Amino acid sequence: MLPELGQFALILALLLAFVQCVLPLCGAWRGNSALIACARPIAAGQCVFVVLAFGILTYAFLTQDFSVAYVAQNSNSALPWYYRFPAVWGAHEGSLLLWILILNVWTVAVAAFSRRLPDEFMARVIGVLGFVAFGFLLFTILTSNPFARHLPALADGNDLNPILQDPGLIMHPPMLYTGYVGFSVAFAFAIAALLGGELDVASVRWARPWTNVAWAFLTLGITLGSWWAYYVLGWGGWWFWDPVENASFMPWLVGTALIHSQAVTEKRGGFRAWTLLLSIFAFSLSLLGTFLVRSGVLTSVHAFASDPRRGMFILVFLGVVVGGSLLIYALRAPKVAGGKPFNLLSRETLLLVNNLMFTCAAAMVLLGTLYPLIGDALGVGRISVGPPYFGFMFVLLMLPVVLLMPLGPFFRWAAADWRATWRALRPALVLAIVAGIAAKFVAPETPLRGLAGVAAALWVGIGIALYALKRWRDAPRGQRYTPEMFGMIAAHFGVALFLAGVLITEATSVERDLRFSRDESQRIGGLDFRFRGVERAQGPNYLADEGTLEVRSDDRLVATLHPQKRQYAGRQMQSKSDIDPGLFRDVYVALGEPSGADGAWAVRVYVKPFVRWIWLGGLLMMCGGFTAACDRRFRALPAREGEPVATAAQVPA
Amino acid sequence: MSRLLPLLVFLALCALLGFGIRWNMHHEPSEVPSPLIDKPAPEFTLPFLYDPAKTLARADLLGKPYLLNVFGSWCATCQEEHPILTAQIKPLGIVLVGLDWKDAPEDARRWLARFGNPYDSVITDESGRAGIDFGVYMAPESFLVDARGVIRYKRIGMFTPETIENELKPKLAELAKAAP
Repeated sequence: MLPELGQFALILALLLAFVQCVLPLCGAWRGNSALIACARPIAAGQCVFVVLAFGILTYAFLTQDFSVAYVAQNSNSALPWYYRFPAVWGAHEGSLLLWILILNVWTVAVAAFSRRLPDEFMARVIGVLGFVAFGFLLFTILTSNPFARHLPALADGNDLNPILQDPGLIMHPPMLYTGYVGFSVAFAFAIAALLGGELDVASVRWARPWTNVAWAFLTLGITLGSWWAYYVLGWGGWWFWDPVENASFMPWLVGTALIHSQAVTEKRGGFRAWTLLLSIFAFSLSLLGTFLVRSGVLTSVHAFASDPRRGMFILVFLGVVVGGSLLIYALRAPKVAGGKPFNLLSRETLLLVNNLMFTCAAAMVLLGTLYPLIGDALGVGRISVGPPYFGFMFVLLMLPVVLLMPLGPFFRWAAADWRATWRALRPALVLAIVAGIAAKFVAPETPLRGLAGVAAALWVGIGIALYALKRWRDAPRGQRYTPEMFGMIAAHFGVALFLAGVLITEATSVERDLRFSRDESQRIGGLDFRFRGVERAQGPNYLADEGTLEVRSDDRLVATLHPQKRQYAGRQMQSKSDIDPGLFRDVYVALGEPSGADGAWAVRVYVKPFVRWIWLGGLLMMCGGFTAACDRRFRALPAREGEPVATAAQVPA
Repeated sequence: MSRLLPLLVFLALCALLGFGIRWNMHHEPSEVPSPLIDKPAPEFTLPFLYDPAKTLARADLLGKPYLLNVFGSWCATCQEEHPILTAQIKPLGIVLVGLDWKDAPEDARRWLARFGNPYDSVITDESGRAGIDFGVYMAPESFLVDARGVIRYKRIGMFTPETIENELKPKLAELAKAAP
């Protein structure tokens, strides 16, 4: 009975989404205040029914209702209760429902926290969000019903994919989706502005914290995903340029450009076309990511359920949403460039470079991801470009970004003082170069990439620290570090940590596939590994071979590691690596296969210096995004009075 | 014009994606061409399942075409494929070599004892190394190797009556024609 109610709730939500799209948009168009006033209550109503549907599906998982086909496919009576929550979004149907739920939460939040904006504008925003929800609800109901029954009920389920049975994955998809879907707010704002024919500074100021929060969630989602892939997939890698990862990375790249572009539009009135277009792109790429992951057009190691019929639906939806919004853009984009003039040497120029580079990087990733498809289309066969292409191109495009980043805060709007910047940043440059050269002498075998990593990280890190210092000296007390300023500093410092992590790890990691006999000891990367054999271990829903390795550094026991090979109840195998984490190096071991009769096993050992810095950097960027969004400036001014452009006094130099 | 550009680029992208869906509807996703087709089969020397002291190498199989079938006792689809292998492929007269992949030999012996052994010889690849050389990424998977040791055909996933009729039989006929 309950699952049918869930489906009914979804259908009601679909109808409300339709109404939420049509009535407010009509109202804003005809100037009918009664229709405009419908927007908020309808959005709240839709949210109620979506929450109900999601709750019912969750309940079906918690109570192990195997008469629901989706539950039977993705759960098992031995599945511990804490994995039954992530099992709800462990496959296609449930993750769509999660997507819709998050979209509704965003919509309701937007409706609740934007009372200061003109009602007409808000009606358009909520209407556009309603259209997106309508598309996704229709898609779910027509092609991917999570409540479909499997009668007679199965005695037991098929089990959740074991690589998804992990604490990291409980949070990864919700965070990622919150980011993805969060860009729908910026998107709706851009479309509302285009429909209304006016992109005023007040509405950009209103959109900025929303975009920042979405970006911060996406950053967290990607960071969690990378961390999860690192310790679950057992390859010791942290990024694979896999289509599914690229799908989340493209919106991030465009989103990064967008938050910078919005700053220019809000503070200087310039870059209006950029801001509108990037808002459309960021959300379009989120939709495209969903399409790529769900349609089966590209094969991926993540190998989710995929289905060409679903692909067709999403493609049509994508065509309507993105094609429609780009058409609106083409017809109604601002005719004049607008904004205050700026010199070649100015913060605007740097941010323009930033926009260009990040957009190009997203296009590059898109091209690489679609390469197999292009190969098919041109009839030259399915070819893939792998990490070599992505790695090379990405470094090439990000090089100017990294080199120019510390200059950004020092450069003033409109016209920068080049000499003052040079004087201020000279110590950072000198230190970075000296440290790079010194690293060569301390660790002579470090390849050039590692040295470049040290230098680049110090250049960015010290550059940002110097700016923080300058704020401390120059700005009056109380205005030194506004949340917006602090967020910027934190996020850019996160980039420095990330750079150090990536380049040092990539350059100096040791990776070995070894055969260990019982009690044999081998030396890898300056550490001694002793293999203590393999024993059987029993988990809640799996049986495992568990190896024991002792890691010693100069006869001091550093760690005892227990990598496992698990055999799950659903007959699926999964290797579970074990890691000794450390701020400056990780020791990572994965159990291979037994080799030979004397109790010897193949073991894969990695020693990875500084690998944690990659995720620390990501987390710091996330903190920056959240902190900046908290700035009171975004909410304090009564926007209703429609004040033109921010005055210079409010703009941190 | 410049404001139409994003739309035009997007339309081109849509056309490409639409093509991708069409392509997928007419091709099975498992049909990723193997780089090994028409290349010599990789070298291997693996112990026999029923006589681990002895080994079978690639060179031992030269002279006659054979079908290398990758299976494992842990693989549910292999169990599904098993009757087809016995009833429909074995009668075709091709030498059947079973490669027990990533599996404990005693489990495989028990499995074959339970369902019957259609193979002419069974070799074991417990570590999965030979599987890596062959580019195996799931079981079952089958490789048709000709008398000179060249891979002529690869099937990812189980054989079905249709794939035997439309893919395997024509390939076998080709091999028979090519043989003197």
